[in-house]
Amino acid sequence: MIGIYLIIAVIISLILFFNRKTQLNNILLIAYVLLQCVFTIYEYNHLNVIELVYFKPDALGILLLITLTIVGIPALYHSYLYIKGHEGNPRSRGIYFSAMVMLITAIGAAYLSNHIAVTWIFVEITTLSASALIYHHRNERSLEGTWKYVFICAISVTLIFIGILFLSMAIRQAGSTDLTFDNLLLKAPVLNVFWLRLSFLFIFTGFTAKLGLVPMYTAGIDAKDKAPAPAGALFATVLMNMGFVGIYRIYVVISHTTMFAWANHVIMIAAFLTVFVATVYMVKVKNIKRMLAYSGIEHMGLVMLGLAAGGIGYYAAILHIILHAFVKSSLFFQFSQVYRVYQSKSIYDVGNYFKYNLTGAMVVLIGFICATAMPPSGMFISEFMIFSALFKAHQIAVLVLIMILLTMIIWAFGKNIFKLLFTPAEDFDESHVPKINPLHSLSQFGLIGLSVYLGLNPPVQFVNLIQEAIKNLPH
Amino acid sequence: MINVLLIVLLISLLYLSIANRLLTYIKILAFQGVILFGVAFIELNDINTVNLVLILLETIIVKAILVPLFIKYIIKKNNITRETEPFLPNFVSLIIVTTIIVITILLSNSISDTHLEKISFIVALSTLFTGLFIIGTRKKIITHVMGYLVIENGVFILSLAVGNEMPLLVNLGIMLDIFASVLILGIFVNKIGDVLKDVDVDQLRNLKD
Repeated sequence: MIGIYLIIAVIISLILFFNRKTQLNNILLIAYVLLQCVFTIYEYNHLNVIELVYFKPDALGILLLITLTIVGIPALYHSYLYIKGHEGNPRSRGIYFSAMVMLITAIGAAYLSNHIAVTWIFVEITTLSASALIYHHRNERSLEGTWKYVFICAISVTLIFIGILFLSMAIRQAGSTDLTFDNLLLKAPVLNVFWLRLSFLFIFTGFTAKLGLVPMYTAGIDAKDKAPAPAGALFATVLMNMGFVGIYRIYVVISHTTMFAWANHVIMIAAFLTVFVATVYMVKVKNIKRMLAYSGIEHMGLVMLGLAAGGIGYYAAILHIILHAFVKSSLFFQFSQVYRVYQSKSIYDVGNYFKYNLTGAMVVLIGFICATAMPPSGMFISEFMIFSALFKAHQIAVLVLIMILLTMIIWAFGKNIFKLLFTPAEDFDESHVPKINPLHSLSQFGLIGLSVYLGLNPPVQFVNLIQEAIKNLPH
Repeated sequence: MINVLLIVLLISLLYLSIANRLLTYIKILAFQGVILFGVAFIELNDINTVNLVLILLETIIVKAILVPLFIKYIIKKNNITRETEPFLPNFVSLIIVTTIIVITILLSNSISDTHLEKISFIVALSTLFTGLFIIGTRKKIITHVMGYLVIENGVFILSLAVGNEMPLLVNLGIMLDIFASVLILGIFVNKIGDVLKDVDVDQLRNLKD
């Protein structure tokens, strides 16, 4: 099935690239959405069945693939609205949708891959398609964003590749040349610790560019800022999840070796620095889209803290990453409406959003409450579990510092969001405010509602899948 | 023989650190491509013909001929001045690159692994870090690209170390090389020259907080 899926998706992407007709474009997008749904359902029903040697839909892959489908469909819908509203030429539309389809496909395949080199190939493909999306507007700023993203991602995939080479040296000592994750897990206790340590450092650093941790988070921020908002929604959610998958699979292998405690320290330091950097920029930033991007960085820091703390933190990390994808993508989708009203991303130019777009303002308000993990948000549950995991792991100092930083983030986030919602904008000409259809906010309500539902009242299958995803980690 | 080639590569790094002109950089890159071909040819004795032809294509055709010509074309097309414009004096650069080499030698001496070919490991890591150093300390964007190409050369040597058992990884490395070079240089030649007139990193400082 995955072979058929990849072939059809590539064909659709190619036709979209060369096609100039609006009607065919829409038909192909609908076909792709159907394909993605069928594929997701098929893989859900074929859990842990190896396909094409290198792909295995395990619990984590399935969970994130479902997330990808749920976020990806509204992303395509909002892209359709976005392109329609901007009246670009058919050529740039073709490139945009072709890259979008390619990006979603590559992310899905990277989730399901069972071989580290295959994951790596799909990571490269996401870099390529993402750069086409960032360069959509073809001006100087977007060129700068694209260049930085491509260059940093090129270095990061090189680092991952070096990590894979060290990993192959580690496994060669164990008398094997098979780099599938299953085999690595099997051979974990006899892997050469020195090479594994080097390999983990390189792979971790490489994937931080996608996941958005210190040290290589920078390129992602510019990318989310300069790409059109629906594409930015994918970068800020499912693409980050792909980085998480890459690190998580290696982390599971490491958890069966003697260097587990060391790896936890490395992750803990990187995660703490990430939350710290996110706080500094959240307080300072004046561009709403970049603020949302930094908020995503902060959440990824929390996820990795949960992973490093262990215990219930494993469960919380995976729950958090899924809920974050729903909440953050809905905020990004909503942002294109904000931009249509004010024609600006700067916090100084916006205000009194309730007056111009009631439904949209409600999405922003509820999305803000969810993204800062205030109860009834589902992320409150996962964040609470991460804190209790830190407490149980006797990381009290880290916990206290993180809570102080989070308070500052909530203050900064709230200050900007309330400015957007309630304070009247200065020198704002009301006569050109477009009427925005409330139905365009429907998908955002759905996504936020889903995140609350999954957090507060998770269905049994969902809990079972998460439990299975973390079953190989020590308890 | 293979050690001689690797050490020549190492010396070319020292030369790179004090080179003053972009043209010298291009020549060194082409020279490194030829050396890499020699190393691969001697080292990979168990490999089949198809893979060998692929490696030949990659090292001689791409690394030693196409990419240098391409960069030369870019420099000419965009009227980039011939100085490399480092932030540091050449003497300091030389000392830092030497320190990098010394540190990698010390590091590799601390490894107790019988499989490890020390010299190729040292050369690979030094090339890698020298590339990163060049990216960090040169002003022009095109020099950053060349620094990245130096990193790729280091990765290529590293991949040869496991090449006999896992030829897949060597092929993947070649894929990375070609993919990244085409993507990065492609953006460069098509876009940056047209949008930004005089190309150095100072012009890429608009996106910030």
